[in-house]
Amino acid sequence: MRNLQPNAPTPAAAQGASARSWNWRRTLAPTGNTGDTVFRSILFACAFILLLIVIIMIGAMAVNSLPSLRAFGFGFLTSQEWNPIAGKFGALPFIYGTILSSLLALFISVPLSLGIAIFLVEQAPRALARPVGFLVELLAAIPSVVYGLWGIFVLAPALRETVEPSLARWFGWLPFFQGNITGIGLFTGGIILAIMITPIITAVVRDVLAAVPVSQREAAFALGATKWETTRVVLTNGAAGIAGAIILGLGRAIGETMAVTMVIGNRAQISASLFEPSYTIASVLANEFTEATGELYLSALIELGLILFLVTFTVNGVARLLVWSVAHRAGGSSVGRAG
Amino acid sequence: MTSDTQTKTAANRRRITSSVMTTLTATCAFFAVTVLVLIIGYIALRGLGAINLQFLTDTPKPVGEGGGIGNAILGSLILLLLSSVIGLPFGIAVGIYLAEFGAGRFAGLIRFVTDTLTGVPSIVVGVFVYTILVLPMRQFSALAGGIALALVMIPIIARTTEEMIRLVPTSLREGALALGAPQWRVTTGVVLPAAASGIATGAMLAVARVSGETAPLLFTAFGSRFFNVYLDQPIASLTVQIYNYAISPYDEWHAMAWAATLVLMTLILAINILVRFFTRKKI
Repeated sequence: MRNLQPNAPTPAAAQGASARSWNWRRTLAPTGNTGDTVFRSILFACAFILLLIVIIMIGAMAVNSLPSLRAFGFGFLTSQEWNPIAGKFGALPFIYGTILSSLLALFISVPLSLGIAIFLVEQAPRALARPVGFLVELLAAIPSVVYGLWGIFVLAPALRETVEPSLARWFGWLPFFQGNITGIGLFTGGIILAIMITPIITAVVRDVLAAVPVSQREAAFALGATKWETTRVVLTNGAAGIAGAIILGLGRAIGETMAVTMVIGNRAQISASLFEPSYTIASVLANEFTEATGELYLSALIELGLILFLVTFTVNGVARLLVWSVAHRAGGSSVGRAG
Repeated sequence: MTSDTQTKTAANRRRITSSVMTTLTATCAFFAVTVLVLIIGYIALRGLGAINLQFLTDTPKPVGEGGGIGNAILGSLILLLLSSVIGLPFGIAVGIYLAEFGAGRFAGLIRFVTDTLTGVPSIVVGVFVYTILVLPMRQFSALAGGIALALVMIPIIARTTEEMIRLVPTSLREGALALGAPQWRVTTGVVLPAAASGIATGAMLAVARVSGETAPLLFTAFGSRFFNVYLDQPIASLTVQIYNYAISPYDEWHAMAWAATLVLMTLILAINILVRFFTRKKI
């Protein structure tokens, strides 16, 4: 389709509203057709409004965080003190909690998701891959607040009774596993996050693996490679896309709100121990936004929201570019799924 | 002789590694499925005991007096309806734009923005709607909640719609154009009907996704203890109700949180399984 390029672009094509593939659209579609002009304009307007919303989003949050920006400047990011009564606002404990819980989630979720995706695309028989793949996707359908509920009443007590005491016994010499074992804290938050981002990372890695050409696998098998060796060839081929999937998962973990809020303990402190309560940017927004009295308090929270937006937007942007690079190189879209 | 045995051991080792890795990856998949079963099983176990007709129709009451989630169910339905009315046409329009006119640099930008928006935390959407609607109106409102949910919905719908429309074969378009139809008639009369079931599927999944959202509602729709149908008033929702019950210190409210969760999960799982069933038949 692509080699059917038009000779003379119409005004519509010049404004970027025409398509690459349809030769007829530029040559046959009459410029004087009112219906077409109206139709095209409406669609273009919707797309443009979407772009506008994003711009307004950044603008509105930036304007509303001005009081906080003026009062604290760059120190907002490096100050540890969060004291609404004294009017002192520093975001460092929240940034720390967000980064640490997300990294912990990735640490658990990446091998797990890779394992699932490899199993579904490369190793499982089709009859098994379909239902199992669906069940893993269902994990993504469970709402955050439900994960939180389950986290409070099932996961946290279970971790408190079993996993955390063992970790403290065997690895207690590490600063991460010291302190009070309550079940509520960074550790539980990280595990809940890991469960929540696993279906997302898995789905993208599945797409990436499926986009690696079959010829790569055939070549590896032909050279006498075992199933696992072939899988490694495939993994190498999809490396950029897998990196993208992981970063996409990171973006999700950073912004995940309800479940984390319910199990992380919500205490603005910086502690090396994973068992200690912590706080994330998203959690402090969920907890304190409606109670924020005073302009400065509210604007500090909105500034946190803006930071969260910019960070996740960047992280997701990078991830998308990486995933696209693989999907485009293989010439396939992400619609078709193997397995 | 020695080199021959070496080769054999090496081959054995490679084979063993291969089967060990297969087992490991299978374990990963098994683990994820187990977690799913554990969560859903526990919800069913705890929820079924606390559900009855009164619970489904009553409003929340103080601790010890029972009460229910009737207003939260109604509120969630109103919010979903409102967000669908705003989000579905808009999202589908963006999707059509991306699929049918999506070649230029501007369309590439829109596609990138849409994709990236999907990953923006929903709580940020809540903050945004708070600054542009709740602050000026000086009031939490169902309208703000519906718009927040619509914003979560739009990028999801736009991308699924684009993918579904791209699946429609070019020959259909060419055929219609050859009959002399203008382009807008081709898109609305031929391409859209062909992609309709796929678009509907995407819409249903987006509604399911949004029905579980809590974070964007916390400071837009806020919540309410009463039945409310007015869009300029705060409104209850299932998810916020679950959250409030879950973080309360009362066992009775915890039981209600599980029961409300069962109601919510039944809706979400039903949509997901239905969609799966229908798409399997189609594709």
